[in-house]
Amino acid sequence: MQTLRRTPLFEEHTRLGARMIPFAGWEMPVQYEGVIAEHRAVRSDCGVFDVSHMGEIEVEGPRARDLLQALLSNDLDRIGPGQAQYTLLTNERGAILDDLITYELDPFRYFLIVNASNRESDFEWIKERELRGSDARDVSDQYGLLAVQGPRSLDRLGLDETPAFTFSEGEIDGIACMINRTGYTGELGVELLVDAGDAAELWRRVLDRGATPCGLGARDTLRLEVCYPLHGNDIGPDTDAISAGLGWTCALDKDFTGAEELRRIKEEGPARRLVAFVMEESGVPRQGMRIVEGGEVTSGSHSPMLDRGIGMGYVDSALAEPETALTIDLRGRERRARVVRKPIYKREER
Amino acid sequence: VAAAESYPDELKYHPEHDWARIEGEEALLGITWYAQDALGELVHYEPPVDGASIAKDASYGEVESVKAVSELISPLSGEVAAVNQQVVDAPERVNEDPYGEGWLIRIRLSDPAEADSLLDAEAYEKLLAEQ
Repeated sequence: MQTLRRTPLFEEHTRLGARMIPFAGWEMPVQYEGVIAEHRAVRSDCGVFDVSHMGEIEVEGPRARDLLQALLSNDLDRIGPGQAQYTLLTNERGAILDDLITYELDPFRYFLIVNASNRESDFEWIKERELRGSDARDVSDQYGLLAVQGPRSLDRLGLDETPAFTFSEGEIDGIACMINRTGYTGELGVELLVDAGDAAELWRRVLDRGATPCGLGARDTLRLEVCYPLHGNDIGPDTDAISAGLGWTCALDKDFTGAEELRRIKEEGPARRLVAFVMEESGVPRQGMRIVEGGEVTSGSHSPMLDRGIGMGYVDSALAEPETALTIDLRGRERRARVVRKPIYKREER
Repeated sequence: VAAAESYPDELKYHPEHDWARIEGEEALLGITWYAQDALGELVHYEPPVDGASIAKDASYGEVESVKAVSELISPLSGEVAAVNQQVVDAPERVNEDPYGEGWLIRIRLSDPAEADSLLDAEAYEKLLAEQ
């Protein structure tokens, strides 16, 4: 049996009565009070998630930027120091090894926050391609990461509103952290990168400020409602960015691994596309279910905000238009669904 | 609001965490507090059709929470006399009141003697303690 890793917040989770599950080799909280209550807390007020299982890779040196420009799909020329960027690590076929966020500390120093399940493989991939003058280090174990998300998150943390995808050094109740205006919920929020030794104290301070502890269950329903892809479900080493609707993250006018293949897919038009759908009949779609018209559900769940089944999946490009009728095979029962424009759930204007 | 843990004495229990409330020739069926707690808040109930025959120890429907789906295992054999439409419309009733308003189906028993093989509350709680 494989031993599961624990984040610096493990004791906090058990004290709060969280239900723990294995996830990507980690023992993580799936829920505390309940997935639906936690989901609603994030949509209406503020929730906090332990995402310390995610990996952090630091890349520095005079040629760090050249290395990342060659390996990542997005263009670092679009950002500067203090800014962050959603981007893809792609292979020669243009397929998606991981999706991640790059943080530019300065032109010689970058931070990559990557999916827990890809931490080792991402690091190896980068390490094998290093240039003379670039140095990549896996620094994941030095940090805890707390996602504080929801319309009241910045108020509750006493932070001024800053633009999305920016970050700065700061502190919460005297605890130093990197405050990143990023998240995975579609709400206003920050992700706080903190020294592992301070993570538990920061977690308690954030709870004291009124955030609801939230588990991976709510993290999944929140991201699915806003159609953020999950690597391993909706995107992966067998899917490309164009078919996945992530062409906007690919700077096809620069050279990076797989760019040529992606240019060809874009030129020819992808054979299939990742669409979002809502159920028109009862039932909850799940990953792996067949789309009768041709295709497969890659993520499916119950939407707490729409109170019905929702999902994403790949279908023939001819079926990708919004309002197209689909049929999902729910363990032998065929139920009607409808393609919708992404995101499935949109926060009302504040 | 989730119910507090309980296993009423007047019910019969199946090891797959289903209960039966036997009333003469009929029985109400549902899932136990333990089952609803393990699943979390229910979001979908897929019931059998009225009049369907269901067999002891076999699946007669499904319930789903956000994260999981679970087959409903019938503790007894019979014919579906009624489906609890309230639970179809609001599956969270099961979490709120698993032995009352959260009942799932009413069946006409085809073999009332099957009840002898089911667990009483004490034996079921002992089974839970061993898990």
